[in-house]
Amino acid sequence: MIVAALRVVTTNNVVHAALWLVVVLAGAAAQYILLAAELVAVTQVLVYIGAVMVLFLFGTMLTRARIGAESDLNNSYKMLGIPVALVMLAAMGLALISSFGDEKLPQTSTVVSSQEISDQIFGPYLLPFWALSFVLLAAVVGAIVLARKD
Amino acid sequence: MFVNQFLFLAAVLFCIGVYGVVARKNAVLMLMSIELILNSVNINLLTFALRNGSTDGHVFALYIIAVAAAEVGVGLGLVLLVYRNKKTISVDDLSEMRG
Repeated sequence: MIVAALRVVTTNNVVHAALWLVVVLAGAAAQYILLAAELVAVTQVLVYIGAVMVLFLFGTMLTRARIGAESDLNNSYKMLGIPVALVMLAAMGLALISSFGDEKLPQTSTVVSSQEISDQIFGPYLLPFWALSFVLLAAVVGAIVLARKD
Repeated sequence: MFVNQFLFLAAVLFCIGVYGVVARKNAVLMLMSIELILNSVNINLLTFALRNGSTDGHVFALYIIAVAAAEVGVGLGLVLLVYRNKKTISVDDLSEMRG
């Protein structure tokens, strides 16, 4: 999964990057199942691998005439990005080691059911749900307005 | 299963995503790197939901997935508009707003 993520940011082919991203997202869905989050894993597969990847491939198709490797996908800050990422990783790694050490996750046999999640969504988290609905509506309208030929 | 194994995976994914946003010039590839970052956040949320035995993390993970879908829709709409106007989606060439 980490190899696939590295290929997403280093490959020279936009379509290959999209296909490696599928591997990363599927691996993330597997991690969600390991973390006893069935509903989130299923949603990840449906929304990300189903819809978002189709959007990415459409975007690639509509903005790129040629298929294949290209050499000018990286900008001049490429060498700056490596130390930035490594320093962030070192900082986060040290913080994680010092705060969690070798703490283990509780061994539960129960999977969080969708009923509990929906009770949460339509109970205490109803207001963010409304806000999210408006965000989605605005995104749909905005995407249509932006992409329309006028 | 250790807590840290998931948190380290999320940290590595986050850093790879940050590197992608910094290093990539193609706007579509930048959006893909942002997806990596959002996925690492989701892994973190679900790890702590399991650790603390609450379902709040699941709710917010679902919200993040929905917001990411909306963001990709709008982002690709913007990319298409830029491509139609300028015939390129390289973010280095979009410098009209430089003062």
